[in-house]
Amino acid sequence: MRHLLSAGDLSRAEAVEILDTTSTMAATQSREIKKLPALRGLTVVNLFFEDSTRTRISFEAAAKRLSADVINFSAKGSSVSKGESLKDTALTLAAMGADAVVIRHQASGAPHRLATSGWIRTPVVNAGDGMHQHPTQALLDAFTMRRHLVGGGEGGDGVGEDLTGAKVVIVGDVLHSRVARSNVDLLHTLGAHVTLVAPPTLLPVGVDTWPCAVSYDLDASIADVRPDAIMMLRVQRERMSSAGGGFFPSPMEYSRRYGLDGTRLAALPEHCVVMHPGPMNRGLEISAKAADSPRSTIVEQVANGVAVRMAVLYLLLAGGTPTEGSR
Amino acid sequence: MTSYLIRAASVLGGERTDLYLADGVIAALGPDAAAAAPRGDGGSAVEVVEIDASTLIALPGLVDLHTHLREPGREDAETVASGTRAAAVGGFTCVHAMANTDPVADTAGVVEQVWRLGQDAGWAQVRPVGAVTVGLRGEQLAELGAMADSAAAVRVFSDDGMCVHDPVLMRRALEYVKAFDGVVAQHAQEPRLTAGALMHEGVVSAALGLTGWPAVAEEAIIARDVLLAEHVGSRVHICHLSTAGSVDIIRWAKARGIDVTAEVTPHHLVLTDEAVRGYDPQFKVNPPLRTAADVAAVRAGLADGTIDIVATDHAPHPDEDKDCEFAAAAMGMTGLETALSVVVEAMVNNPDHDFGWADVARTMSAAPAAIGRVSEQGRPLEVGEPANLVLVDPEATWTVDPPALRTASSNTPFAQRELPARVVATFWRGAATVLDGAPREALRERAGAGA
Amino acid sequence: MTSGATSTTVLSENDISRALTRIAHEILERNKGGTDLVLLGIPTRGAPLARRLGERILDAEGRPEAPLAELVGTLDITMHRDDLRRNPTRALEPTRIPPVGLDEKVVVLVDDVLYSGRTIRAALDAISDLGRPRAVQLAVLVDRGHRELPIRADYIGKNLPTSRSERVSVRLTELDGSDSVVLSS
Ligand SMILES: [Zn+2]
Repeated sequence: MRHLLSAGDLSRAEAVEILDTTSTMAATQSREIKKLPALRGLTVVNLFFEDSTRTRISFEAAAKRLSADVINFSAKGSSVSKGESLKDTALTLAAMGADAVVIRHQASGAPHRLATSGWIRTPVVNAGDGMHQHPTQALLDAFTMRRHLVGGGEGGDGVGEDLTGAKVVIVGDVLHSRVARSNVDLLHTLGAHVTLVAPPTLLPVGVDTWPCAVSYDLDASIADVRPDAIMMLRVQRERMSSAGGGFFPSPMEYSRRYGLDGTRLAALPEHCVVMHPGPMNRGLEISAKAADSPRSTIVEQVANGVAVRMAVLYLLLAGGTPTEGSR
Repeated sequence: MTSYLIRAASVLGGERTDLYLADGVIAALGPDAAAAAPRGDGGSAVEVVEIDASTLIALPGLVDLHTHLREPGREDAETVASGTRAAAVGGFTCVHAMANTDPVADTAGVVEQVWRLGQDAGWAQVRPVGAVTVGLRGEQLAELGAMADSAAAVRVFSDDGMCVHDPVLMRRALEYVKAFDGVVAQHAQEPRLTAGALMHEGVVSAALGLTGWPAVAEEAIIARDVLLAEHVGSRVHICHLSTAGSVDIIRWAKARGIDVTAEVTPHHLVLTDEAVRGYDPQFKVNPPLRTAADVAAVRAGLADGTIDIVATDHAPHPDEDKDCEFAAAAMGMTGLETALSVVVEAMVNNPDHDFGWADVARTMSAAPAAIGRVSEQGRPLEVGEPANLVLVDPEATWTVDPPALRTASSNTPFAQRELPARVVATFWRGAATVLDGAPREALRERAGAGA
Repeated sequence: MTSGATSTTVLSENDISRALTRIAHEILERNKGGTDLVLLGIPTRGAPLARRLGERILDAEGRPEAPLAELVGTLDITMHRDDLRRNPTRALEPTRIPPVGLDEKVVVLVDDVLYSGRTIRAALDAISDLGRPRAVQLAVLVDRGHRELPIRADYIGKNLPTSRSERVSVRLTELDGSDSVVLSS
């Protein structure tokens, strides 16, 4: 693995290796001293062209707990209008001696450009690009699911296992969601069965070619699929307005048809976990009752996010093919 | 004045014959040609250059109905001189310069300026295209009559880059240009359906998370415009048609007797949206690259005459407008120097279609000249006709090397691709603009000295 | 093995067994019994060696039924290596510390071969992140010399003078199907 650009690039073995490494990293995070020296002397740059305090802090914590130096580079709003800035920024980072770049960008494919244009030679981690991919989110979701649905093994994290046979329902704005794309790719690789549920306006043309089922009816999906995990995607209220695309008539109608309320929560199988990548719109795609229920993994997902990002940074920066180390 | 004796060229890929070019016309053909050429005994003031064309094909000089020369305004991307020189290397003797310059070519003054720059450059005939609406804003008709009556004698009007989407305005434009035998060339793109669009909407855009440009946004405008043209009894031309549905609509319209013509670009004949998977902005173009089924449909449409012409939509951009993230990149590709080779690859060398060199001459010379009402271009290679012709080596192959191209920009989607057929020589008004595949720089000096 | 290479078995299955038994007794002797002891095996091959030593210690103390996991753990030092960038790393192994923790314990690090000493330096760093032992000792099956750091072993199965070009291969039943130490050149 040279870069992490898309969850779709990962083989099953690579994905399981990341999840297993995450498990080791997560174990170190319950220690008194959480810091590991693995990346001492290396510099990780967080290059954020789009605001996301949560994701930036998660990557920053991950890098720092591996003893890397972290430079936060916020370039919000400087990109699409003046596209050359991505190249210039990359050249600047290369000159500053960055060892890895974590990039968040509103333009789909920007991390891919950064990794493949020859502007910079370091590993690139995609921290979310436009409507394309958010691979570390999918990895932390898969890690969370594996811990709850598979379990066993060292630390109860299902080490060495994939998600074969797990049934996952993903609900909401698939069209604009990089989280949905990454999850469909990764969960399919790991052997899970995914059903996307959304109003037809919020599904992309071409979704029928994705390795998953598609439904417009949440109640029927809960009843028919009997999911092991249900993931509610964030829906932006402005998608309703005609300026925002007019994708649905009103928040009320959306939440009646596609929100996870108390009734639907009760209809889920006993063991089904409730997930959300955050930040939540309580009362729109998810009710407070569902978000705060004991089966919600939403807070745990945040904690797992740090461990996943530690694993990814570790494998990209220290990784290589396994060989005998010198004794 | 130099004259040219072209030996044993295969005219339109048919019989081999000699051609003698003198005084700007084809002075003699066949056995008469050699006899007509003065003996090189020093007794004549005319220098005769003899060219062995025994492996070459002769076509009428190519005519491009859709070229962005960028001058005035974006001389960093292309100038009239650099663009027409590239055109000559590509085998063109006439190009139509699109109106989306800065300032926009929406007045007699600007179109005359572009026309003069073309005259001065001396590489090919430049026919300016006039904007349909003031500033391409789609609100008010530009002074179409003044442009038609100017020295540039504009006959093709287009807001290309923008769609004339207001149906009333489009109707008025279609009607108005009838007064001077003009034609409106529509860039068919419904703007609301394509807000923020970056690539063809389909399987690939769904995977890449790039906002889609649906085929229906093109087809809906074409359907509307052929019906409008029928209603008001005008002719209409459709720029860079790119979808299978568009081909069907044009086929239907022609069967119905509507006076519509349509063009396809070389890139839409060979490239698909799969090329965008690497997010390389060199493949960002408007209309976008479509699916393999669309490519098959436009090829079939070109072969059966539904699509009348190939036009390059040559759209040069400086490196900084392509060396960036996909969303930020400019839309467009260069095409003048690769057009003929791409058509040969997609159509002539393609056993699926019955498309010969005569069809190349029809779709890349005669038909575009007719649509643009350029009387001296696209003529048959016969005695007395203007000496606008191109000699092509059909067996040659070459590899596209962007820095080696003559256009001032390097945004070709065909970099490092091996293409068939090479332009060996181009003659415009009897003068060689290209010999041995290279532009004759001396021409420019002469033009400059004569100015 | 490449043709022309010579290899010699320097420790047989019996030799290894005898060496471990001896080391187990030395550990008990030096530390006046097994209370307060924690054995930490360094993966990969230190981990089974530590388990074998632990079993022998419990046997010698007459409490063979006592849970081994309270005496023996593993310590992955990969992330503490100072040559992480130069040597492509192996995948991480679990670190498992006995529930009693390391504070005020006598920690015996267990590894198969002692060579440059860099692994042990990394292990000492790793331990300091996990607690504060009263003392740290080192047991190795083979000491092949060529130290690059001021580190020595407290318990040694066999001192094996080698040249740097030679290779010491430790095979253990748990991982490799049989027990042996082979020197090849
Ligand atoms: Zn256009």
